[in-house]
Amino acid sequence: MTLGPLLIGIYVFVLAGFVGFEMITKVPPTLHTPLMSGANAISGITVVGAVAAATTGAPTVANILGALAIVTATINVVGGFLVTDRMLRMFGRKKPKALKAETAGVPTEGREAVSK
Amino acid sequence: MSQEVIRSTVVPVIYLLSTILFIFGIKQLAKVKTARRGNAIAAVGMLLAIIGALLELGVVDYRWIAGGMLIGTIIGAVFAIRVQMTSMPEMVALFNGFGGIASALVATSVYWDLVVQQGPAGKVYEALGTDEAITVMLSILIGGITFTGSLIALFKLQGKLKKGAPILLPARHYITFVLLFASFAFGGIAVTAGASDSVVWVLALSAVSLTLGILLTIPIGGADMPVVVSLLNSYSGLAASMAGFVIGNPLLIIAGAMVGAAGLILTQIMCVAMNRSLLNVLVGGFGVADGASGGGGSDEYTSVTSCGPEEAAMILENAESVIIIPGYGLAVAQAQHAVRELADMLKARGTKVTYGIHPVAGRMPGHMNVLLAEADVPYEELLEMDVINSEFKNTDVVIILGANDVVNPAATKDPSSPIAGMPILNAHEARSVFVVKRSLSPGYAGIKNELFEYDNTMMIFGDAKKVVQGLIGEVKDL
Repeated sequence: MTLGPLLIGIYVFVLAGFVGFEMITKVPPTLHTPLMSGANAISGITVVGAVAAATTGAPTVANILGALAIVTATINVVGGFLVTDRMLRMFGRKKPKALKAETAGVPTEGREAVSK
Repeated sequence: MSQEVIRSTVVPVIYLLSTILFIFGIKQLAKVKTARRGNAIAAVGMLLAIIGALLELGVVDYRWIAGGMLIGTIIGAVFAIRVQMTSMPEMVALFNGFGGIASALVATSVYWDLVVQQGPAGKVYEALGTDEAITVMLSILIGGITFTGSLIALFKLQGKLKKGAPILLPARHYITFVLLFASFAFGGIAVTAGASDSVVWVLALSAVSLTLGILLTIPIGGADMPVVVSLLNSYSGLAASMAGFVIGNPLLIIAGAMVGAAGLILTQIMCVAMNRSLLNVLVGGFGVADGASGGGGSDEYTSVTSCGPEEAAMILENAESVIIIPGYGLAVAQAQHAVRELADMLKARGTKVTYGIHPVAGRMPGHMNVLLAEADVPYEELLEMDVINSEFKNTDVVIILGANDVVNPAATKDPSSPIAGMPILNAHEARSVFVVKRSLSPGYAGIKNELFEYDNTMMIFGDAKKVVQGLIGEVKDL
């Protein structure tokens, strides 16, 4: 038996899918949102393909599409990881001491929400 | 080191390390104690992956890459820092959409470069390779559906588009079916067409994919959004995986497949929590067709008791245990900080306060948990449905804030109800129930809530935040 690249790819795809299932099955509801946004950031891995699609400065269609892919995938990656961290930081601060240390960096965040 | 060695050895090793970091990251992200570290580990994995991709390229013109990354980083960071916690479902939906369209764009770019710009005169599958040609079409299809589907979900979450209500086109199932068939046909024709003929088919496929995303999402109502958002999350992973097949990169295949699986599991959890099948949610229009005739009895309320904050505060004064049930109304009113304040005051008086969280409360999986965490409510006080349901009969007061269908006893008592069989929070078993709500208007299922007529229930009409602030004022004066 010899496996072509497509079949190897499908093997990898199926096995990785099982790994994903196994890792997520018992996740507590508290983490549903951060998990989703963290996983979403990981789906920005497309950026790896996108950089290879905009390698000349020439304004060709392929390059423009590639550059747009880089922008959207990077938004997904940077925004996704940052917003997940912001949420998880809130979950972490339960003791009053930790609360002060954590909110020092983002002083106005909570107040904005109250005043609106 | 020659570029040859870098490409054949160094880069694959970097990608493998990156894969391992993603796996550890997701694994830790699934546990409360290690979640933040898990996210950071996954982010490091992503950084490694990007370094690997740049090394793989070798020396090229970096201007567009650097420019694109800079713009993306700024936009992404601004979004992530500025977004309100109440808008988190919109944020996740939007990012899902960006992930989907990025994958479709990568596939289209590869196609355009290899087939249209520098392609030989032959067929598309000869220029790209058969496998790659097929996965290009699949990337465009899935990525396109994810993009417009996410945008529609975003608009619905913002309350635009008929305030999030289902939009039901006539013969929509046939239209969807025909378009889905057309997308496969166009993709198939494009794969086998000559290089220059294929462009029009690829454009047609793109147009159909984008339309499908809209049509698949508009019939789904606002309260089903937790299912839709997690499903779109799964699609964005799948799209990344397809892009991985196109460029022959196992890292994309693996990361995409894991995200796809994670999204599917969340989708499944949401469906179980509503006692509905995924198909039933996707077909859409829940509560519209059978809302008026469904359920036993009339939709009119006959014996509803209402009270003001003063009376409620007097009952709260003597309560030893209080359970707060938050719903979407809490998010709309941004009442999370006021609720925490009220809970703190009650706890200072020796009352035990916990929160009962229904899995589909709000507009996204875990929506209520995020909101209450923002207000510094310790997550240990947020109890899942299975845990808290046995507590209600020993509880003095339940305060329901902007939740409706998830506490409707008809789900367990009336087999003819449209929501029969849906797991609910047994709030009605508590000694006193306060329902804070703007009016008696029905919830998402479009049916009346018999809990409102129970003898132990009292309605407090008004905006959740204002009512809770009123309660705080009254409790203070006790």
